[in-house]
Amino acid sequence: MWTWFHKLASPPHFYRIAGKVIPWFSWPALLLILLGLYGGLVVAPMDYQQGEGFRIFYVHVPSAIMSMFVYSNMAIAAGIGLIWRMKLAHAVAAASAPIGAWFTFCALATGSLWGKPMWGTWWVWDARLTSELILLFLYLGFIALRSSIEDPQRADRAAAVLALVGVINLPIIHYSVVWWNSLHQGSTMFNPGAMSIEMKWPALAMLFGFMLYFGAVLFVRLRAEVIRRERNATWLKEELAR
Amino acid sequence: MNLADFFNMGGYAAFVWPAFGLVMSVLVYNVWSARSAHAEARRAAARRLQMEENRS
Repeated sequence: MWTWFHKLASPPHFYRIAGKVIPWFSWPALLLILLGLYGGLVVAPMDYQQGEGFRIFYVHVPSAIMSMFVYSNMAIAAGIGLIWRMKLAHAVAAASAPIGAWFTFCALATGSLWGKPMWGTWWVWDARLTSELILLFLYLGFIALRSSIEDPQRADRAAAVLALVGVINLPIIHYSVVWWNSLHQGSTMFNPGAMSIEMKWPALAMLFGFMLYFGAVLFVRLRAEVIRRERNATWLKEELAR
Repeated sequence: MNLADFFNMGGYAAFVWPAFGLVMSVLVYNVWSARSAHAEARRAAARRLQMEENRS
């Protein structure tokens, strides 16, 4: 088991295996996202309160869940990198950050597009919206901190500490609609009985599609990170000659 | 339901379509940017190896 693990973590192996697994993520991701789009835009019945406007749900909620899922993934990788000094773990954290930042941006922007017709405003400084905005700043801070430190190992460690400190924001986002009086509605996705099956499955398809999509893009970015960090010329030379 | 109704989204077209369009464009952009980062890393590594070879 451990030898297998070490072998996987060795750059040449990881690079090749990552290249092979990408299609196993990307094709199912594409299918699930298309299914989610079809289900969300065509099949799902309209909401009795929000009419067709509620369809924004199908891109907003999966993006918002992903913004937090990617952050936890990034923080766990950063923690592993700090404790066991594993370069590949730091690479996972570095590769996750831009993807997570984009999902957070999508959650905020689609939320704004949903808020305007339903609440009458693009933005309110309410607990849920503000904590999600802080999440975006945490991602951007992580990316900026990495790129501002010349030495890669120091950059890895400093950014990892920031990522771990930022974890405190995740429960705040999640419970913000419970702890504070919020304009934002509570969770419907994980509230049994709140949605009918034909309303729910497109959202689940979209969410799983986004997760597989994240896996695919993460592996592409990881391959770039592995090459960037590699100083052992022999395997790189062989790989680049292909 | 006809096509015009579908595009009209019950009067919410101005909010629903930009939301879906934005998210889908971000997804496409992320794939493009990751692939170009990978290609750039390969080019940079090739340059680095070439320089080391020239030096020795």
